[in-house]
Amino acid sequence: MGRRGGIEVENLVRVFRKGPRAVDGISLAVEPGEIYGFLGPNGAGKSTTVLMLTTLLPPTSGTARVAGYDVVKEGPQVRATIGAALQEAALDQFLTGRDHLHLQGALHGLPRLERRKRGEELLQRVGLSEAADRKVRGYSGGMKRRLDLALALVHRPSILFLDEPTTGLDPQSRSALWAEVSRLAREDGVTVFLTTQYLEEADVLADRVGIIDHGHIVAEDTPEALKAEIGRPSVEATPMDPKERDAVARALGRFGEEIPAQPGAVSVRLDRGDLADVVRALDAEDLKVSNLRLDEPSLNDVFLEKTGRSLEGAGDPEAEEA
Amino acid sequence: MGSSLPVQVAALAQRSVLRTVRQPAVIISALLFPMMFFSINAYGLDAAARLPGFPADTYLDFAFAFPLIQASLFGAITAGADLARDIESGFFDRLKLTPMRPVSLLLGMLGGILALGLLQGVVFLAIGTLMGVDVRSGLLGMVVIVFLMMLVALGFGGIGAILALRTGSVEAVESAFPLFFVAIFMSSINLPRNLIEADWFRFIATINPISYLVEGIRSLVITGWDARTLAIGFACAAAIVVVALAGAAASLRTRVA
Repeated sequence: MGRRGGIEVENLVRVFRKGPRAVDGISLAVEPGEIYGFLGPNGAGKSTTVLMLTTLLPPTSGTARVAGYDVVKEGPQVRATIGAALQEAALDQFLTGRDHLHLQGALHGLPRLERRKRGEELLQRVGLSEAADRKVRGYSGGMKRRLDLALALVHRPSILFLDEPTTGLDPQSRSALWAEVSRLAREDGVTVFLTTQYLEEADVLADRVGIIDHGHIVAEDTPEALKAEIGRPSVEATPMDPKERDAVARALGRFGEEIPAQPGAVSVRLDRGDLADVVRALDAEDLKVSNLRLDEPSLNDVFLEKTGRSLEGAGDPEAEEA
Repeated sequence: MGSSLPVQVAALAQRSVLRTVRQPAVIISALLFPMMFFSINAYGLDAAARLPGFPADTYLDFAFAFPLIQASLFGAITAGADLARDIESGFFDRLKLTPMRPVSLLLGMLGGILALGLLQGVVFLAIGTLMGVDVRSGLLGMVVIVFLMMLVALGFGGIGAILALRTGSVEAVESAFPLFFVAIFMSSINLPRNLIEADWFRFIATINPISYLVEGIRSLVITGWDARTLAIGFACAAAIVVVALAGAAASLRTRVA
């Protein structure tokens, strides 16, 4: 992988004092220009990984190279190449958006004129031109996130780390941020390492997804390939008469293994047949349903398959998320 | 790509000043409280000036060093708390991700302290003169007072930075304020050392470097040009600056390692 390349991680471990192995021997490779989604519940080790890859936290063992530079031995070179928006938008409440960009530009060595030009360009790109001269304390969560992203881009990094960039954002702000991240990768060729606990985000944005749980990568591939691994869609039926639930379960059971469903409903992963066969089987036994739904496999199904748990609510509040 | 040290220091000092300017409450507190204490002390303890051997004509002149020293401390604690807040909020990490040289952060912060110290010094001298303080060393003496005050602020600022960098906690930095305050009171700030009756108090005031900072500033107000006292004051201030900044630089190295 070239100097301007992506990210290579081998057996990366981080153990906190008196704490768990937050990251437990992960290995991964991110190609240049790729959007890599690092998906997992709270406390899985996502942020700890980002902190190590951005040189803010030394690994306990293992190696990581970012843009071809070792994160331990070549920290300054790594930092010159990357941009990062960490979990909390770390901004100075008493500075304006423009002040932040000016400071960031100065520290990155941009000449005064270029600093101003780049600042204007980024403010416009993230939709903060009108709010540029307002103090950050008056910004909404979405505006802070967008400014955070702009600050990470000041020096035109070739690799961008985004740690849960849309957590807590409204749908509109989330979509805007997705569009910008996608544009950065497609048009500017920026490599993006994005952590998220949102399935949809990983599905929509990422070229490839690594699923992390308890410090281990449990699955890694394109979202399509991961879902194809599960392969089969599921069918969920809600009987019109709740007393007929067992009968519906028996009828659906002929098509596959029963899986968890909404209260009062029956759901099976289809091993044989299709939705039309299911409808015919229910009709043949005169079982009426109020709702019948075919679900394609999701990344949550992948997580469920690999860990035995659903991603929603799988977070470990006790785990140390650095 | 990376910027030069002066550019980095200037950008961080500008940020430090902007932060302060945009918090009127901080500026008002930094100006108001020292002057309030000064007024209360000056008028409440005026009779002390009639003590035999008291070195000044009025207690107003004698006490004028107090707001200057207290203001230096106030500015330093505010700056230390700001640095700790940067660590707590993750802003410090943002700065660490730039090619910024760590020493720039320290110098930028100290630049902000110096700017506030300059403002405080000028304002206090103006108000003090209006209140009737007679600076015997004249206009040049006033310049030296401001300079010495800024040096003191730099030293205290270094101590504030050590606290911030070691603990990374705003609470820890702010909780040190009363300790500094006690240290100021355990000096010759309210009475000349030869008039302190309690032996233990006089002993503490004698070994307390703050006494010499106070006496250096005070000599310019009540005596004029007392080279020896002034030299000791500057030497003490310089020693505090050197020790505090060395400690702050070491703490910074540990924090960014």
